[in-house]
Amino acid sequence: MNWITNAVLPKIKALVTANDVPDNLWIKCKACGQMIFHREFEQANNCCSTCGHHAPLPPEARFAMIFDDASFETVELAAIDDDPLKFRDSRRYADRLKDSRSKTGVKDAIAVAHGLIGGRKAVIAAFDFRFMGGSMGRMVGNGIIAAAEAAVAHDAALITIPSTGGARMQEGVLSLMQLPRTILAVEKVRAAGLPHIVLLAHPTTGGVTASFAMLGDLQIAEPGAIIGFAGRRVIEETVREKLPDDFQTAEYLQDHGMVDAVIPRAEQPSYIGRILGFLMDQREATRAA
Amino acid sequence: MRHFLDFEKPIAALEGKVEELRHMSSDGSINIADEIGKLQTRIDRELKQTYEKLGPWEKVQVARHPERPRVSAIIGQLFEDFTPLAGDRNYAEDYAVIGGMARFRGQAVMVMGTEKGSSTEERIKRNFGMARPEGYRKASRLMELAGRFGLPVLSFVDTAGAYPGRGAEERGQAEAIATAIRACLRLPTPMVASIIGEGGSGGAIALATGNRVVMFEHAIYSVISPEGCASILWRSSDHAKEAAEALRITSDHMKELGVIDAIVPEPLGGAHRDQTAAIASLGDACFAQLRDLQDMDRDALIADRADKYLAMGDGGG
Repeated sequence: MNWITNAVLPKIKALVTANDVPDNLWIKCKACGQMIFHREFEQANNCCSTCGHHAPLPPEARFAMIFDDASFETVELAAIDDDPLKFRDSRRYADRLKDSRSKTGVKDAIAVAHGLIGGRKAVIAAFDFRFMGGSMGRMVGNGIIAAAEAAVAHDAALITIPSTGGARMQEGVLSLMQLPRTILAVEKVRAAGLPHIVLLAHPTTGGVTASFAMLGDLQIAEPGAIIGFAGRRVIEETVREKLPDDFQTAEYLQDHGMVDAVIPRAEQPSYIGRILGFLMDQREATRAA
Repeated sequence: MRHFLDFEKPIAALEGKVEELRHMSSDGSINIADEIGKLQTRIDRELKQTYEKLGPWEKVQVARHPERPRVSAIIGQLFEDFTPLAGDRNYAEDYAVIGGMARFRGQAVMVMGTEKGSSTEERIKRNFGMARPEGYRKASRLMELAGRFGLPVLSFVDTAGAYPGRGAEERGQAEAIATAIRACLRLPTPMVASIIGEGGSGGAIALATGNRVVMFEHAIYSVISPEGCASILWRSSDHAKEAAEALRITSDHMKELGVIDAIVPEPLGGAHRDQTAAIASLGDACFAQLRDLQDMDRDALIADRADKYLAMGDGGG
């Protein structure tokens, strides 16, 4: 599966490192270099007040930002057999998992919660890029399925927020099998007549894009997010062609018909609330009658 | 001239000797036939020993062998009245994906697959079996058509992966693959997929989300190429051999993990040594799987497929 490009990787590493230092009172914007006071940065949901750059936002912060009154209930995911392939490169996958868990305090690269958005019921499944680059293995697949099932059970909309380098190589072909699995999950939501909105966050690349993440009823993206199947470096090496600077950005994708809108974080709660109104009013009216 | 892989060098040497002896046999000496017979026995023994214990990295090379049976050869040998269909109805015909209607042992079916090509010219035309969005959209179209007219779908996958190119990205490679997977999952008729060479990631699963999946003994199926995995996790593609081992890409592991339903044995020395026999075994395997599905109705087939893939969440099968 095509992975993160060389161009993206250094930036991502830098971002992850910044998040690892909570004592740091000043945060340097990765895009414009401006120093931002941490409280101001957090209040702006990790957006730069100078250039508007959207830095990664962990699931908990996303939930608080999008759900009404920052009120939500998380959906717990059951533990699974961690390492079916007994995968090892320079280190064992089991050890990498252990490290990521102790570093982030979360179990895997996804979190699921339900609550209200603009007064309408919704379930959000958000990727956690801090956890092994948000890569999708079986646990992430389970998260998307749990979110879809919760949406159907609560008669709620499903919002998926990918932020991922792609499939989790350490789970081999089983991570490839999460493509059909997650598509089956969103098919359940569709069959129940409920909306599925995809909010593409930086970066959304590789195998995840070739699954539920491109099959939303609406596709929205965060400004500047890199979204694509094959990475920039892979393409440049294959076709030896100069790619435009804004290749695979959210705005570029919008120009090419792949996303409905590019929506900054500050506007996301009201935008999503409005969409859910359009898509769910009729349903509620029918049920009330 | 046969193409020999690195680990086949001892076999190549023996076959060279046989060739030499054959040229000498015009002299009329009787001992030469004996000598050739002995050498042939040694070759067979050598082939058996080599191919019985192929490592994952050797299998990668066998799976990519230039003389491996291609989809067009499979269609030619196993299907009658093949009627190719072309185009995605939006942008182009993608020659990396072959598809159309045909008869398989008398039954009307839809057959499709990724074709790498055999000659240099054909390989270029087929883009080395790497499809663009149009190929996946064509596959979706054929599956939808098959569904409406009650045709079972047989697919054959041999691809390094989806084509990484600017145009492919701009025209929605990811969306096209996702939609093809969904078309497999929505199909109201039986679908049997075969991994015949390389099962390369998203570009493979797009055509392989079947009710049943069979795989040639020496084929590979992986989320990423060993080279790609090595360059990310080992920071150098020189470690592709280790990556091939760690990724568990061989048919025995696929069976263990519940990703495939049956392994199709290959003739002595691999499918490239006897394409006709290999393709015949594949035909039998596909037929057996298809027969198992024939009594299932539309809902049962869709549910069977959903259950198969939903189960791959905790340690595999």
